[in-house]
Amino acid sequence: MFSVILSTASRYLLPLLLIFSFFLLLRGHNEPGGGFVGGLVAAAAYALYFIANGVYEAEKLLKAEPIKIISLGLLIAILSTIPSIINGQNFMTGVWLDINFPVIGKIGTPLLFDVGVYLLVLGIALKIIFSLAEEDR
Amino acid sequence: MLNLILIGFAASAIAPFIYKPLKNYFGWIAASFPLYIFISFLSKYNQIADGNIIKESVEWIPSLGINFTFLLDGLSLTFVLIITLIGVVVFLYAGAYMKDYDHADRFFVYIGIFMTSMVGMVISDNMITLFVFWELTSISSYLLIGFNHHKEKSRKYALQALLVTGGGGLALMAGFILLSQISGSLEISSLYYLNENIRNAPTYSAIVILILIGAFTKSAQFPFHFWLPNAMEAPTPVSAYLHSATMVKAGIYLIARMNHLLGGTALWQDTILIIGAITMLFAAILAFNQMDLKKLLAYSTLSVLGTLTMLLGIGSKLAIKAFFIYIIAHSLYKGTLFLVAGILDHETGTRDVSKLSGLRKYLPITMVTAALASFSMMGIIPLVGFIGKETVYSAILELDYWGLFLLSIAVIANALIVMITILVGFKPFWGKLLSTPKEAHEAPIKMWLGPLALAVLGLLMGIFPNVFIGRLLDQSAISIISEKLELTIKLWHGFNFVLLMSFVTLSLGVGIYYFRTKILHIIQNLKIKKVFKPSEWYEFLLNGMMSFAKFQTKVLQNGYLRNYIIFVLVTAVSLASLALFKVENLFRITPDFSITFYEGAIALIIIISTFFVITSDSRLKSIVGIGVVGFVMGIIFIIHSAPDLALTTFAIETLTVILFVLVLYKLPKFLRFSKPMNKFRDIIIASGVGLFMTFMVLYITSIDLSSELKKFYTDTSVPGGKGRNVVNVILVDFRAIDTLGEITVLAIAAIGVYALLKLKLDDRSK
Repeated sequence: MFSVILSTASRYLLPLLLIFSFFLLLRGHNEPGGGFVGGLVAAAAYALYFIANGVYEAEKLLKAEPIKIISLGLLIAILSTIPSIINGQNFMTGVWLDINFPVIGKIGTPLLFDVGVYLLVLGIALKIIFSLAEEDR
Repeated sequence: MLNLILIGFAASAIAPFIYKPLKNYFGWIAASFPLYIFISFLSKYNQIADGNIIKESVEWIPSLGINFTFLLDGLSLTFVLIITLIGVVVFLYAGAYMKDYDHADRFFVYIGIFMTSMVGMVISDNMITLFVFWELTSISSYLLIGFNHHKEKSRKYALQALLVTGGGGLALMAGFILLSQISGSLEISSLYYLNENIRNAPTYSAIVILILIGAFTKSAQFPFHFWLPNAMEAPTPVSAYLHSATMVKAGIYLIARMNHLLGGTALWQDTILIIGAITMLFAAILAFNQMDLKKLLAYSTLSVLGTLTMLLGIGSKLAIKAFFIYIIAHSLYKGTLFLVAGILDHETGTRDVSKLSGLRKYLPITMVTAALASFSMMGIIPLVGFIGKETVYSAILELDYWGLFLLSIAVIANALIVMITILVGFKPFWGKLLSTPKEAHEAPIKMWLGPLALAVLGLLMGIFPNVFIGRLLDQSAISIISEKLELTIKLWHGFNFVLLMSFVTLSLGVGIYYFRTKILHIIQNLKIKKVFKPSEWYEFLLNGMMSFAKFQTKVLQNGYLRNYIIFVLVTAVSLASLALFKVENLFRITPDFSITFYEGAIALIIIISTFFVITSDSRLKSIVGIGVVGFVMGIIFIIHSAPDLALTTFAIETLTVILFVLVLYKLPKFLRFSKPMNKFRDIIIASGVGLFMTFMVLYITSIDLSSELKKFYTDTSVPGGKGRNVVNVILVDFRAIDTLGEITVLAIAAIGVYALLKLKLDDRSK
């Protein structure tokens, strides 16, 4: 069931939803949001695209293998623990840069960790969705 | 010393990369690695012999008292030198022997890990570190026994060795923990002076039994002896190294090491003595009807291990002296003979003694090597084995009560060993030439050089015992019994009763050899009942465990999702309700039943959609119904000001519906599976869970929720976590380790889902 309207709309909705998911990720530290929700929203955005255009198109658009996104997320999350070890602090103590960036705000290892969570959740949701969808072909 | 251990593991790891390009020279390269460790430790020889103890400590988990504490004294140095010296020979030998095997590079990884762990174990002073190395030797032994993993027997016996020694390892761990609880320290050397306290502790007998189970399984003492002959499935270098010279002595090492702490009671000494004596005698008898070179050697090893254990049980000065001489002598000659057996197997194609005869012209060097080692094993002057056996006999004779009885057992056991020696060391080379599967020829230099060196060393040690063993002997003995003793070691003690016994042993052994075939006929007609075989106990236990596992898997993991849910829910709810209803005065405050208009509406929507879910006749409708319930839950979170939760719920619900739809049209048509009985059961479970949750919520709302924790998080969120969203700060900062664990689990789950779906795909394509 291919719908032109949905397909066209999804092309414009996808970037918007992705931006929204980044927004959720970045504001998470001060306002409702965070890596987990952000990742889910991003996954939902791709899921919408997949519903509209089929799994093949969605996979092509994603470019990366979901399993690689999962590994990347986990890697980033683990890398975010290194600064605390180098500093000789307790494991996973937040290490912050003392500069306020525009838009992003303060940068520190918790934010990096959240990015890892974001990617991991995105990857997992997509992996499951794509695996299930691929099976039909 | 930690550096040496780390170098060892690193060298094992890179072995495969060197092996492939340098296959032909690899034996020499590989041998340089134990040689390096050997020399490193040999350089400490003078220090130790002068009575110093070298101690090194590197912190590992100091808060738990677990550290890499290494201690080098006479006992550990003796063991390290044996391990590395035999290691040099075996590595060199394996370079040639393993050439034709597939994945020989892996072999060197395993054996490298083994040697390093073995060295680590004997120099560990911390019980936990010792245990870690102990288990590493078990694991590497498993990999080595099962090296020919395409053979079912190899796999089976590798598993057997692992289960027996691993089970013993668990007992050992428990013993160590109990022991450390008495004094609060895990360092063995710090417990040396607490012998009195430990002996009087209420847990003393438990400690002794647990530690001895560990030691007996590892050193294959009766009734755990059966794994060792079966472990002969391993390639010969492994048998020579692990299962004669080193790993099986780990248990004996442990008993020796623990003697300071636990020794001096009847329980300790007598158990060791009796078990050792039983093993010594029965292993020698069991060797009788063996035909395989390696099996014969394995049973004689068992017998020697029994003797060594027995000597520790006697525990006198002379016995400890005998212990050290015997252990050194045995490592030298038994390692050699195993390697000779390997050469015979490799160059003739058979290990069956009845098929090997008259090979002296074809394998002259091997013949000389075998003869030297055999003389040592039989205890013929002037080899070191002679001194060993003499000292053992005189140590036994010192016992006033059981002395003569034990001596006669020892003589019988040793006579049988003499018989084994003749079978292994002489029969293949002398007499009439028999044709062999492969045309016999001398082994390459890599294979005969090491064994010959060991055999010659045995001769030199016998002639100059003071040079090789004498200096370290005092220090070694202090590690086991605290008294300082002035031990002298010499080859010739004059004509005395012990010498007579040596002679009796020899002639008895030769006599048994000549009547062997006749006795064999009688033995073969005897049938030993299965009940008396400890290996059958093992089989029985293993089969029992397997069928129990099958049974409980059938019940609990039967593949029906609904049953899984039933198990999870019923278990959780019934246990939790037990706890809940134990709370006195469940509702201290009358719950607030007043509801707002929104809440009423939400409740109504939930009830209607739930009803819709359970009565609908199509899956799609049910899923939509569940989705509605989910979204309405999200609204509840919003009303109660938990926007984070609401957001997440919405996202999750959306994705869940998508996933359900994807799964949906793969499922068969919606049929009514549930019988009325099942429905009734489901109603009870569902209402039980519902009731429980209701009570739970009512209970929670009736208690004081203003905990310190809440205050802490809200107060420190901004200064400590630099974020105003407390929930998120908790997730990514305060309790980030939890999150890290959770996302790791998620990643693993994703791989699991993928694997399951993939599995189905493959099935279908077949």
